[in-house]
Amino acid sequence: MQGIEYVLEAISLYHISIALAGVIAGTVIGALPGLTATMAIAVLVPLTFSLKPASALILMGAVYTGAIYGGAYSAILLKTPGTPSAIATTFDGYPMAKRGDGDLAVTLACTSSVFGGLVGALFLLLLAPPLAKIALAFGPVEYFWLAIFGLSLISALSEGHMLKGLIGGCFGMLLTTIGVAEVSADIRYTFGSHTLIGGIEPVSALIGLYCVPVMIDLVATPARHLQVSTEGRGFRLREALSLNWRHKFSLLRSSVIGTITGILPGAGGSIAGLVAYSEARRSSKRTEYFGTGEPEGVMASESANNATVGGGFIPTLVLGIPGTPPDAVILGALLVQGIRTGPNLFVGGETSIVYVFIAGLFVATVLMLPTGLLIGRYAYRFIISVPKAILVPTVAFMTIIGTYAIRNNMSDVVIMIVLGAIGWVLDRYGFKPSPIVLGLILSRIAEQGFVQGWIIGTARGNAAAEFFNRPISLGIIVFIGISMFYPLIARRWRLNKELQNDSET
Amino acid sequence: MKTFGKIILTAAAAAVAATFVLTTTAAAEFPEKAINYIIAFKPGGESDVTARFQQPFFKKKFGKDLVMSYKDGGGGAVAWAQLNTITGDGYTIMGTNLPHMVIQPLQKDVGYTTDGIVNVYMFHYTPDAIVVTDKSPYKTLKDLIDFAKKNPGKVTFSGSAKGSSNHLAQVTFDRLAGIKTAYVAFAGTAPSSTALLGGQVVASWGYTTVPPAYPGTRMLAVAMEKRHPNFPDVPTFKELGFDMVSGAYRGIAVPKSTPEDIRKKLAKMIDEINHEPAFIKQMEDNGFAMLNAPYGPELDKFMAKAKKDITTSAKEAGMVK
Repeated sequence: MQGIEYVLEAISLYHISIALAGVIAGTVIGALPGLTATMAIAVLVPLTFSLKPASALILMGAVYTGAIYGGAYSAILLKTPGTPSAIATTFDGYPMAKRGDGDLAVTLACTSSVFGGLVGALFLLLLAPPLAKIALAFGPVEYFWLAIFGLSLISALSEGHMLKGLIGGCFGMLLTTIGVAEVSADIRYTFGSHTLIGGIEPVSALIGLYCVPVMIDLVATPARHLQVSTEGRGFRLREALSLNWRHKFSLLRSSVIGTITGILPGAGGSIAGLVAYSEARRSSKRTEYFGTGEPEGVMASESANNATVGGGFIPTLVLGIPGTPPDAVILGALLVQGIRTGPNLFVGGETSIVYVFIAGLFVATVLMLPTGLLIGRYAYRFIISVPKAILVPTVAFMTIIGTYAIRNNMSDVVIMIVLGAIGWVLDRYGFKPSPIVLGLILSRIAEQGFVQGWIIGTARGNAAAEFFNRPISLGIIVFIGISMFYPLIARRWRLNKELQNDSET
Repeated sequence: MKTFGKIILTAAAAAVAATFVLTTTAAAEFPEKAINYIIAFKPGGESDVTARFQQPFFKKKFGKDLVMSYKDGGGGAVAWAQLNTITGDGYTIMGTNLPHMVIQPLQKDVGYTTDGIVNVYMFHYTPDAIVVTDKSPYKTLKDLIDFAKKNPGKVTFSGSAKGSSNHLAQVTFDRLAGIKTAYVAFAGTAPSSTALLGGQVVASWGYTTVPPAYPGTRMLAVAMEKRHPNFPDVPTFKELGFDMVSGAYRGIAVPKSTPEDIRKKLAKMIDEINHEPAFIKQMEDNGFAMLNAPYGPELDKFMAKAKKDITTSAKEAGMVK
């Protein structure tokens, strides 16, 4: 069989140990809020100079995939996404942990991540060259609508408190305007302060808004951090797998959404998780339970964000366009090694590198199952068994280190703490952190897409047509409509049904 | 008592002498340990990649590591504003970029001044170029200018952020060619080139680094004095009658407190790498253009000219008043 030699090379003891080390390191790094996959890979780059290109790729791919999964731990156990990709995991993961199902949530995150990772890698293996075209089909206008789609999730997240959700979203959007604008280079809303020139870094804002209020509440209330059950329940792997099986279509859909979002260079793991979550929530029969600890929510977010790994490599390897920020670093490392990415990688002389790497990515993803379960168990035990007096300072210390490490900047730490305090106060008045975070992460994409689309549309003679006349845009607009008004429609249906039932009896 | 004082004196003298000897030998053996190389942008960008190219050569030649760290923010301003607060012992160096470092302080108080940054070497640049896709109907620069003249305002150029070298080049070229085009700013060369490949824009103001990195693109002209060695078939703007040489220039700076001899040593080290044939080949194969402006009169002359040119075109582009 042709291709078997690539598989054999990937499962050599040497490559398996590289993949294993990478996955473990990645998982731990990803679990620490602030330490991201991008940074982990950047630190590794000099190390890869002494490796063969395929081995270097396997190592970086393993760290990457581990880090994306690791982000789930802090999302579930501390309500703080370890990486932006895990934002949607907090929605149901933390409520699950709160009620004592943290072990199940962590295991579920692991099995779903492995599944998503395998789907992404499968697409990379089989369909990379044709799928890479998706990366080019998305222009500024499509990104604008995609960001709006992400923002429309605010309506679902704040059912019953719509106005507060919208205000929170707007607050988040305003925060992103601070600093040097990435595209227009204007220096906005810095009020003469040098601290604010760098703007509000999304990950540090995320840590502040999610984690600081949790810390404050931990100190302010005598209750335990998480409910614990007394009997030992192991990994609850069987339970997790049967949940995966029950929601297999949702799992598959989320993984496909994740792969495609990964292919889009302007989107990334956070959007993948959010869109998959939104779709899982909409199509579920248990919509109203989402946000209160519904396992399917964790599955959707985690399978989608790990699918972005394989998806992101598609434009990276085929077109030389990095699908995600970590891919940009990997691309740079390949350049130093003298590897030129492009379509030839898949057909020409250097195919062996790509296929050994893809096989290696499969190996790393599979290895994530045992390592993820084990590390997850220790993380869970640590969080539930450590007394608060130790837990709070430890986590507080880690968030400060993590926030500093993002850009090696003390200002980010100050901003993180201030935002955390603001977030805590706002939370008391019913303004939840998630809409703020959505505004913060998505408005950058929306703003750039809008300005670019406007300029291009005006040059073509009709700015409005640019926004409303492109097929992909129209498709996204339809989804936005469904996502925004679905809660209303669903309620109307439910009322009607109840009325009918009443009249029948 | 007298002898005791004498002993102290001798001891002190010996100590001074020892320190002197130690410091001089230390200076002679610079670098004694790894050097921290701060990049003012995200990892994976061109500032990072070119620094990564230097990394293995530095290690081979001088036996110590260059350790990268990233202080991204404010288009580089955050890192540059902090540069002079770092201890200047030669073990911290920072990547610098033009035109950013000229334009930012002119726009607002960003915490540093152009002249306050001590560059020790400008080591390469990425020349501006007009890039189109392989399938584009515009085979030559003249084709594109003719179309633009017939359709004022209709030609869209993607390019990296406003105030970038790409943007200034677009404004200058519009004036020189007597055309009016629309500039669509993107958050860097990668998204700008993606938009070009996706057919979102007619052409792109990119750099000579674009065609090697993005298969399916070609250049109509490059803003260099002479043709790029890697693209002997692509004419310069000068050849075609447009007097423009521009690009994004990159160098290395040190904190102001760094002693004069260390500054010179660093400059000499970077200069050595810059003359390494394997390094030059790697840089040029990837579309970069070499530049040798070491600390001293050469760098001063280069900076003075760059500052003047950039200020003029930034005013023209409406980036500064």
